[in-house]
Amino acid sequence: MKLRKISAIFFYLLFSSAALTSCKEDSDMQPKVGTLDVAIDHVVGTATLALNTGSYATPAGDQFTVSTFKYYLSNFTLKKADGTTHLVPESYYLVDEAVPASKTFTLSGIPAGDYTSLSFTIGVDSARNVAGAQTGALDPQKNMFWSWNTGYIFTKLEGTSPQAPNTALVFHIGGFKAPHNTIRTISPSLKGATIQVQGTQTPTLHLKADVLKMFTGPTTVRFTQLYNTMGGANSVVVADNQAAGMFVVDYVHAN
Amino acid sequence: MLLSFARLSFRYLILLIPGLLLGACGTDGSGTEEEDNPYAPTPYALALPKNLPQTVTIPASNPLTVEGVELGRKLFYEVKLSRTGTQSCGSCHQQSKAFTDGLAHAVGVDGAPHPRGAMSLANVLWETSLTWDGASTSLEQQARTPIENAVEMHQLLADGVRKLQQTELYPPLFQKAFGSSTITEDNVLKALAQFERTLISANSRYDKYIRKEGTLTRTEQLGLAVFNNHPGEVGGIFIRGGTCHHCHLDATGLFSSPDFFNNGLDVAFADAGRASVTSLATDRGKFRAPTLRNIALTAPYMHDGRFQTLEQVLDHYNEHVLVNSPGVDPNVLLSNTPGGTHLDLTAAEKTQLIAFLHTLTDTTFIKDSRFSDPFKP
Repeated sequence: MKLRKISAIFFYLLFSSAALTSCKEDSDMQPKVGTLDVAIDHVVGTATLALNTGSYATPAGDQFTVSTFKYYLSNFTLKKADGTTHLVPESYYLVDEAVPASKTFTLSGIPAGDYTSLSFTIGVDSARNVAGAQTGALDPQKNMFWSWNTGYIFTKLEGTSPQAPNTALVFHIGGFKAPHNTIRTISPSLKGATIQVQGTQTPTLHLKADVLKMFTGPTTVRFTQLYNTMGGANSVVVADNQAAGMFVVDYVHAN
Repeated sequence: MLLSFARLSFRYLILLIPGLLLGACGTDGSGTEEEDNPYAPTPYALALPKNLPQTVTIPASNPLTVEGVELGRKLFYEVKLSRTGTQSCGSCHQQSKAFTDGLAHAVGVDGAPHPRGAMSLANVLWETSLTWDGASTSLEQQARTPIENAVEMHQLLADGVRKLQQTELYPPLFQKAFGSSTITEDNVLKALAQFERTLISANSRYDKYIRKEGTLTRTEQLGLAVFNNHPGEVGGIFIRGGTCHHCHLDATGLFSSPDFFNNGLDVAFADAGRASVTSLATDRGKFRAPTLRNIALTAPYMHDGRFQTLEQVLDHYNEHVLVNSPGVDPNVLLSNTPGGTHLDLTAAEKTQLIAFLHTLTDTTFIKDSRFSDPFKP
């Protein structure tokens, strides 16, 4: 039974690939799709983020170091000037400063066209938070899942600060239930640039994520008071700061 | 789950094709040993407990087979793999202690202590980094280390292979498992890895509770809450907890982590830990967070076995974490007292936590005859 099913899949793949090659002349009829590369730089204000070794200060004057900085981005959506949008399906990415390869990824299957804006979610949508253990970027082995309470940790920043009572900074931003929903969908400006998606070349969207913007913005975070959060009202404060400008488009490279 | 089984079956299908071809080629009758015992191993049906990850990474070059696992079990308990003929893998990885040895430092064939303690092998199938410092990333690669290490079994694997080749027992078993009675180092390591991948522990009272097949006492459930709660204010309420789950991931069901942590044991590091692999100063004093499954059976604790009891371990995390240890993990500096400098669990909470940790003991696992020494009656 199982073998039959597998051989059926096998032959299906075999024949479907044969079918694809034989239909080459029809390919002009198909809507063209392309890919978009995303490359993210991590900065702290004007400095490049260096885990463990870099020393930084907030505009309010609190000193800190960073040992862990990772976050989920998901649900990338591109929009054309005429208002049509394309949501890149299954676009869940765990970006981790400690894993350099995670700071670049490719969005594929995008209908060709000129896109004038984009949006994405910092975090993981609520449906995926309650869907239980997952694979890929959402695998609980990535140490970003808290089955007990919040679901996924959307942003994890850990480090030290002499201003924190025990020197520890533990910012685990997560939670998807009102009133402490920390899912934030943002649409950073392309600064007049257009993302031209075509079949033949892959443009690159260069994003900059500024750690300082977790602690500045609508609410100034002082480490004497807020140094540890795992969901709840304090996580909402940080999520609102993040939404207000943590991610900016550096530039779009047409390639 | 269905997907992973389908994937496994597909792999066996691929495995079988060369096997069939070999069988067909044997009919021209040149009378070798291989033809007398055609190479047709039986795929090993690995049952994945439903509360453990359903994806497993088994190297395509070493699929589990009944013959390979059975050979691996014999090799695991084979003293010929040690220089003196006195130790096997099973000497330091004893089933009754969830495949540990009860010692702070494992002792090798020459009586010299290893700088670190023997780790449990429970659910090692899912671990992506092995040993305390992650020096190995595959079981095949790892198995050579204790065999050859001067403070462990202290014999070149090549010498072990020669000893095995001279026995009556092993050549036919290698023929059945790998298609050749000529024993190779690679096939010894592959068979050991196959056996180790079958060492699944998921039948503790905690597992039964998670699978809704059993219950935990009120104290044990409170302990589970302490284990999983991150101390701090959530929604106007100050939640108390031990925040153990950040390193011993409960979400995977494995209670371990592929990452490395400095849990504040020392200010100066006698053992460089992860840095002995990466040479990064920032990795000094970082070690794997080992599985907590069967933790009540695997004393003493920490990489150097410095704590004799679970009570001492909790005392460390609760009262003695060294805040000035370079690179100490911020998660072990959290406090249940707002603005506090120690974890500050109460005596009752510690009792609850220890009660919970005992629910991770799997008595089926430590008595499973599939994992026992086949040379003992």
